[in-house]
Amino acid sequence: MNELQFLTWVRGPGLDIALGIFLLGVLWRLMEIYSLGRKKDLAAPRHAPGASGWHTILRRSLPPPGMVKRSPVSYIGGYIFHVGLAIIVFLFVPHIKLIEGLTGLSWPGLPSQVIDAVTVVTLAAMVVVLVDRINKPVKRYLSTFQDWFTWALTFLPVLTGYLAVKHLFLPYTTMLALHILSAELLLVFIPFTKLFHVFTVFGSRWYNGAINGHKGVPV
Amino acid sequence: MSASLEKGVRVLKEVIDAPIASYFSSCVHCGLCAEACLFYTETGDPKYTPIHKLEPLRRVYEQEYTLLGRVAKWLHLSKPITDAELAEWQELVYNSCTLCGRCSLVCPVGNDIVYMVRKLREGMAISGHAPNGVIEATRRTVELGSPMGVKLHAVKAQMKHVEAETGIPIPLDVEGAEYMVQLSSMEIINFPEYLSAVARIMKQAGKTWTLCSTGFEATNAGIQIGVSDLARVIVSRIVEGAERLKVKCVISPECGHAYTAIRWEGPNLIGRPFTFQVKHILEVLDEFRAQGLIKTEGMETDRLSFHDPCQITRRGGVIQQQRNLMQMVAANFVEMPDAGKYNWCCGGGGGVSANEEADELRLSAFKRKKAQLEAVKPDRLVTACAVCRTTLEEGLEHYQMDLPVLGLTELIAEHLVESGDGDRKGA
Repeated sequence: MNELQFLTWVRGPGLDIALGIFLLGVLWRLMEIYSLGRKKDLAAPRHAPGASGWHTILRRSLPPPGMVKRSPVSYIGGYIFHVGLAIIVFLFVPHIKLIEGLTGLSWPGLPSQVIDAVTVVTLAAMVVVLVDRINKPVKRYLSTFQDWFTWALTFLPVLTGYLAVKHLFLPYTTMLALHILSAELLLVFIPFTKLFHVFTVFGSRWYNGAINGHKGVPV
Repeated sequence: MSASLEKGVRVLKEVIDAPIASYFSSCVHCGLCAEACLFYTETGDPKYTPIHKLEPLRRVYEQEYTLLGRVAKWLHLSKPITDAELAEWQELVYNSCTLCGRCSLVCPVGNDIVYMVRKLREGMAISGHAPNGVIEATRRTVELGSPMGVKLHAVKAQMKHVEAETGIPIPLDVEGAEYMVQLSSMEIINFPEYLSAVARIMKQAGKTWTLCSTGFEATNAGIQIGVSDLARVIVSRIVEGAERLKVKCVISPECGHAYTAIRWEGPNLIGRPFTFQVKHILEVLDEFRAQGLIKTEGMETDRLSFHDPCQITRRGGVIQQQRNLMQMVAANFVEMPDAGKYNWCCGGGGGVSANEEADELRLSAFKRKKAQLEAVKPDRLVTACAVCRTTLEEGLEHYQMDLPVLGLTELIAEHLVESGDGDRKGA
């Protein structure tokens, strides 16, 4: 297989397979988790302003008092790479074109120089949080193979995308194919690793907010 | 697999619900929960990271409720839970967790970690991996009626004592009273001032109330050890008493987990909503205050601070009432950093104070409370939980801090405008 055939494969069958596993995987995992249900809380509820699942979905996006000071890298690094990833994935014009091709939906993107800068910052933030995971006793203690693996799964598409756009290291066609392949691997693993938090974070926050909101505690 | 282990794993399978599945699927191992846990912050030992304490439950979830986990189990690729592993986790699940729930407030993906610890304890206890101190407290509650072995005659002795001191008759088993007052063992043995305070406050408020001979004990070791069947037996005594006496409202005493047990877990344990209300004494006092039913005079002028019991504030939703009451009688009330729903635990809740194996760790963890106190340097510390109170007293003594601890109910009672005799209704 030459590089052009490689690119053709990742753009065609490769993408179909990856999207298929991703979509079915997401649906399966969501069903597997949320079909377990929960028992109705029979205690008489206490109503308090700001105490609900919906409030917690929003509120948990902000750090609780004192926490940034206790773990600055987690919060600052975490915000930067999450926002950076969202910008890169959803506001880079070629990505929007791809999404438009798949779904028909389209929206304006950002100039490529802006995306370049965001990408560099995101890559740097991801390296910083990796170093933090290695250095901080708690993070290192909790880390399993999956934590390192999913870091690489997330880092590689960003890195290869940047290198492809900048025509660095490898011929553009090869780098682009590698970029698409790494993004496809990411899609395939999202449902079956901790990366699934991109979906369950909303459910988890909602449950926590609802369970404690029942007692009148805004969490 | 031993029979008890098999039972434990079965219980763990039963307690896993959609919230737990969602929580485990969301955890990214960021470790921020450690920063919210006094057992980690004061020891620096990463094994005390709250989410790590749940590892046995997570494994059961993965092996039983996820497609990949089930495939791995079927191919014998995953390690089954063992007795040795649960024995190792006992320290993490009981000694180093007070069920304070601070971790649940900080998790960025929103995991309610303490909700899961409470459920994990169900499996730990049933498989024989609970600490002896907590097992004994539970046994005494089920067999004798209270975790400290207090029986009705001790309550009657205290009633007589309080009647002699206050001149107010203490009602027992009065049908149709508005309030049924609960006590904790600790109050019966160590803090008789609570009952005396309640008698004086009820008299001034002009409310009818009663103790119940079959359901006077509010504490519920079944909740702490994590055996819902026993917790149900214990809570049913109060429910039956309240329904027999046809009271409108049961008042949970100055005890943290007793409130969680009766107010929040109670109806779920017995499987139906209550026919009466449940309020914490602080809620009742604040209602009396707001309705003008109690009048106080004079103010404490020394520097007072308030320690929020976790189960009453963060886990119970009683957050503002204690502050209103403090303002009523304290001219110099100062809040500690993180006061309110973010308050740090005293270190003794969730059965830890009944667990001798945890004594040393608990005193290490107390450094967090010490730092909070040193930040505001109060002259006296007020709280509303008998377990907090004794844990605080022990910790303060250990660190040679001279700081008296008192209950908020008795503090309010000390300031009541009392006419020496006669019945003052609605003062």
